[in-house]
Amino acid sequence: MMPDLGRYALEVSLAYAISLGLIGLLVLWYWLRSRSVRRQLEEIETRKGERNG
Amino acid sequence: MASFWEYANPLKFMRTTDWLLPVVTWAAVIVTTVGLVWGFFFTPDDFRQGSTVKIIFLHVPAAMMAINIWVMMLVASLIWLIRRHHVSALAAKAAAPIGVTMTLIGLITGAVWGQPMWGTWWAWDPRLTSFLILFLFYLGYIALWAAIEDPDTGADLTAVLCIVGSVFAVLSRYAAIFWSQGLHQGASLSLAPGTRVDWAYKAPLYISMVGFGLVFLALLLAGTRTEIRARRMKALVTRERMA
Repeated sequence: MMPDLGRYALEVSLAYAISLGLIGLLVLWYWLRSRSVRRQLEEIETRKGERNG
Repeated sequence: MASFWEYANPLKFMRTTDWLLPVVTWAAVIVTTVGLVWGFFFTPDDFRQGSTVKIIFLHVPAAMMAINIWVMMLVASLIWLIRRHHVSALAAKAAAPIGVTMTLIGLITGAVWGQPMWGTWWAWDPRLTSFLILFLFYLGYIALWAAIEDPDTGADLTAVLCIVGSVFAVLSRYAAIFWSQGLHQGASLSLAPGTRVDWAYKAPLYISMVGFGLVFLALLLAGTRTEIRARRMKALVTRERMA
């Protein structure tokens, strides 16, 4: 299945591995930050709701 | 039809992106996968560049997005400065980490491609240099947002930085034309007559470009939603402290 990359196998594989890795990290960071902010906001809104009765 | 400016309302933006975000995310995953799998597995080697031509499916879309994202940030910043819509300032803030990643991918894939083709990882070529400066502007932009406590002041100052940095976004795109020197070639894809890239490469390349555009859009929508929530959180905490 893997194409024959010949003498440039290292360069091509490196380019794909680094790029996909960076995009993966970016997506992970956006997801984690979104989850953390949503959770914190929910906590604050719950606290606010309880205080207002 | 709803006015474009209605989406400047955070509530309207959140409601619309509730259904839009999953659609864009799936489209991004499918289109990017098709483009990259086609490019990596099913394109022939170039007669001169060998298999390194496969790097084009990452390098060109990433470089294109690096510049386009800065232009999008510029438009959003101008909207903020002129009309004071918070969503536009938050969208510009959310776009910056995507832009810096795309610029980094453009720089790294360019170096990895340049080494076997040019015999060097790096050269102080006009396009490469202006791209490196654009990368530094992205870092500066992100750092400036992080350094300023007041969100409105942060939005004002980063908007000004964005306008200044736009010079380098434009230079990155046209440097190879302005100065006919350096190692980097001119535009690979052009509407001008005379084919530069064969359709065997052009078709998956266009798909990858659309895919990267959709990845940006999906992350932008998700990031802007997070920034809207973070801003609301900050406002609630401030109100709590003052009560």
